[in-house]
Amino acid sequence: MRMERLFTLNDTQAAALGAGILGTGGGGNTYVGQTWLEKELRDRGGGCRIIDADSVPDDALVCCVGTMGAPTVSNEKLLRGDEFVVGVRALEDHLKARIGALLISEIGGSNALKPLIAGLQLNLPVVDGDPMGRAFPELQMDTFAIGGVSLSPFALVDSHGNVVIMDHVDSPQRAESYARALTIEMGGSAALMMPVVTGRVMKQHLIRGTLSLAEKMGHAILAARAGGHDPAETVAALGSGRVLFRGKITDIERRTVQGFARGRMRLAGFGAAAGQMEIVFQNENLIAWQDGRIICTVPDLICVLSLDDGEPIGTESLRYGLRVAVIGMPAARELKTPAALAFVGPAAFGYPDVTFAPMPGDLL
Amino acid sequence: MRIGIDVGGTNTDAVLMDGQQIIASTKTPTTPNVSDGIIAALKNLVADSGVDVATLDGVMIGTTHFTNAVVERRRLQTTACIRLGLPATVCLPPMVDWPDDLREVVGGHYYMAHGGHEFDGREISAFEPAEIRQFAEDIGRRGINAIAISSVFSPVNVSFEERAAAIVREVLPDAHITLSSTIGRIGLLERENAAIMNACLRELAIKTVGGFKAALAELKITAPFYISQNDGTLMNADFATDHPVLTFASGPTNSMRGAAFLSGLKDAIVIDVGGTTTDVGVLQHGFPRVAALAVSIGGVRTNFRMPDTLSIGLGGGSLVVLDPLKVGPQSVGYEITSKALVFGGDVLTTTDIAVAGGKADVGDAAKVAHIDKALISAVEDRIEEMVNIAVDRMKTSAALVPVVVVGGGSILIQRQVSGASEIIKPGHFAVANAIGAAIAQIGGETDRIFSLAEMTREKALELAKQEASDRAVAAGADARSIEIVEVEEVPLAYLPGNATRIMVKAVGDLAAGR
Repeated sequence: MRMERLFTLNDTQAAALGAGILGTGGGGNTYVGQTWLEKELRDRGGGCRIIDADSVPDDALVCCVGTMGAPTVSNEKLLRGDEFVVGVRALEDHLKARIGALLISEIGGSNALKPLIAGLQLNLPVVDGDPMGRAFPELQMDTFAIGGVSLSPFALVDSHGNVVIMDHVDSPQRAESYARALTIEMGGSAALMMPVVTGRVMKQHLIRGTLSLAEKMGHAILAARAGGHDPAETVAALGSGRVLFRGKITDIERRTVQGFARGRMRLAGFGAAAGQMEIVFQNENLIAWQDGRIICTVPDLICVLSLDDGEPIGTESLRYGLRVAVIGMPAARELKTPAALAFVGPAAFGYPDVTFAPMPGDLL
Repeated sequence: MRIGIDVGGTNTDAVLMDGQQIIASTKTPTTPNVSDGIIAALKNLVADSGVDVATLDGVMIGTTHFTNAVVERRRLQTTACIRLGLPATVCLPPMVDWPDDLREVVGGHYYMAHGGHEFDGREISAFEPAEIRQFAEDIGRRGINAIAISSVFSPVNVSFEERAAAIVREVLPDAHITLSSTIGRIGLLERENAAIMNACLRELAIKTVGGFKAALAELKITAPFYISQNDGTLMNADFATDHPVLTFASGPTNSMRGAAFLSGLKDAIVIDVGGTTTDVGVLQHGFPRVAALAVSIGGVRTNFRMPDTLSIGLGGGSLVVLDPLKVGPQSVGYEITSKALVFGGDVLTTTDIAVAGGKADVGDAAKVAHIDKALISAVEDRIEEMVNIAVDRMKTSAALVPVVVVGGGSILIQRQVSGASEIIKPGHFAVANAIGAAIAQIGGETDRIFSLAEMTREKALELAKQEASDRAVAAGADARSIEIVEVEEVPLAYLPGNATRIMVKAVGDLAAGR
């Protein structure tokens, strides 16, 4: 199937909300990305071209565009604004070839909308899809790395216009650790163009249709707000999942382990006999227990949203007393192969004793 | 003795307190220039109590005046914003996320300068005095007198904002300058938004606080006066004139703090029943539990911490509709005294049901004598259900908790509330806001990123607590009474050295003496 559509100002809020849901608690706040995208759309008029993966020729080059770093930093030290253009142009110079389309590196959270900004600036289309179908804390937790696609060359750009291109990196893990060290030196937040792949490789690995899915989820939330009803059921159904729990947060525990915000939340249902839920997170929500029994584990999606208005709630904003709905959705099937589970299953997050018990179905 | 005053949109309430005792209270209409209403309320209080105003230790005022100015887009001043952060931050200039009408009202002027810091205190780029001077001159040429200055990571390092302010002051000695670091926390757009809103309210603040001062002077009250802020603590008059934006959430905060005082409880659910809505909140250690998500004021996103309240459409003026039975959310509001049946009107309200059921004695009970018993009990069932659901949503444990009911519509709460250990309807419930203002303490806050690789967690907490305590003392608290009331640690993902954001709030009693 080949298709092209225009993403306009009418789509930004829904896409941001849906990306927040697919962030599964992590991925960073979408507010800055949404505000920035709206500004670019207002300033330039028109819209960003969204294309299907099949519209990209096999021999064309495409690259993922986003920012790397701590959300708290990127919400304070905003970008200069041309980092994506600088990075894509530098990669083109390095490869002596043109990039034909941009990819979303992570549909969950703040990075979902950045390629659309870059697409407007560079006049390039953005492919509807991403290699995660949610958010993950590390670069190598995507279908490219899982599929053995090299993450190099890649480019990191800071707000001074400094560009670092890593021409060759021998493993996704080292790509992650080198990029992270540079990002910290660049002030804790930097623009990242990674990986660059051909259209053919992209089509093999990309989880398709995730931008459209985010938009549908967002529109469902907006419609529920307008109609004054609870959007959780509709959102869950869009992602082939179900509402796991409704309740309030009764306890939050946090600690930092090697730069990651790990923690545990406890929830109590409404009413006397409504049960308990416990969810552990490492930036993203990882495992949910209902009344002591595991009911959902990574890579399946565990999303927490505000009961009042369906606003997705990041693990950084969790607070005692919040009233929430917890949604469970099956991961995209690309994340559930034995090879993929080695990268994104419970064991990869330090839970070797937890077996991945998939929810029925696939995200899309 | 202390006087607490609540200047609301409709009423100005005042209470006179002697220590923990309420000596007198009064309710008068709010007037357009606020000071007339305050004068009327104070005159009532003095007449009722016979208090010698020379014996007053302080007057505490809570007001929604500044919130209303922003919401109504009125009385706001043209403002310029200088942001230090180049070459970073250009992608989203100041006021980019404001509603167009509000941006137009304040002029939308901004300047981007070099400077700013990284999360770890390094400079993004060097401070350029000549650049700031040039911007200040331009601001002067435009005749703008209100200026907000924001620098990237100023909660970590305030020096660039202070240096910029010093230069602006040299060029424009009479300018009103607001530094973002004095207003908000980490999160550039939200903190900057609050700073700009503060700057555009400065002239109104001078006038309003001046009006408070004049009202007190007219009644020969020489005691110092204070304005209550978002978190239920006080600012002195000068500080309030400089930081009007810090009053934005003081209304609900004062109401809950007043409920805590009236009931003598520090941990409880508070149900504030008004004419149109019922707000349910939670008291923790005597302070309102705060909301986690960002709060918009007049359409502008801020990162103020607002009380976490659940609002339902139930009040003394709520319409009762039959077939099928529906209670609220429509309400006759302030028109209840002409529209409700008991007041000779033709609209069936919850108040009419309360009177018909013999639970309240207002208006003319004969006008509702015809109401059928089955309907009365059906409406009471519905109200009970609405309240129970709201309370259950706000509770965080299955344990029974006390419930405090305040507000003019509290006659509606007649039944048991499920999950409540007891229901307390304190006296003076109608002036809880003014009482909340009267009992407010002085607070200080800090919000910084600490590297726990360089120091222990205990050391970092100790430093943060000291900083918050010092700020409370600087704001007028008695150092011996300082208490740490809130500590929040958020480990930051993706940063080295176990970077942790620590927020601490300290409060203390008002220092004695003038």
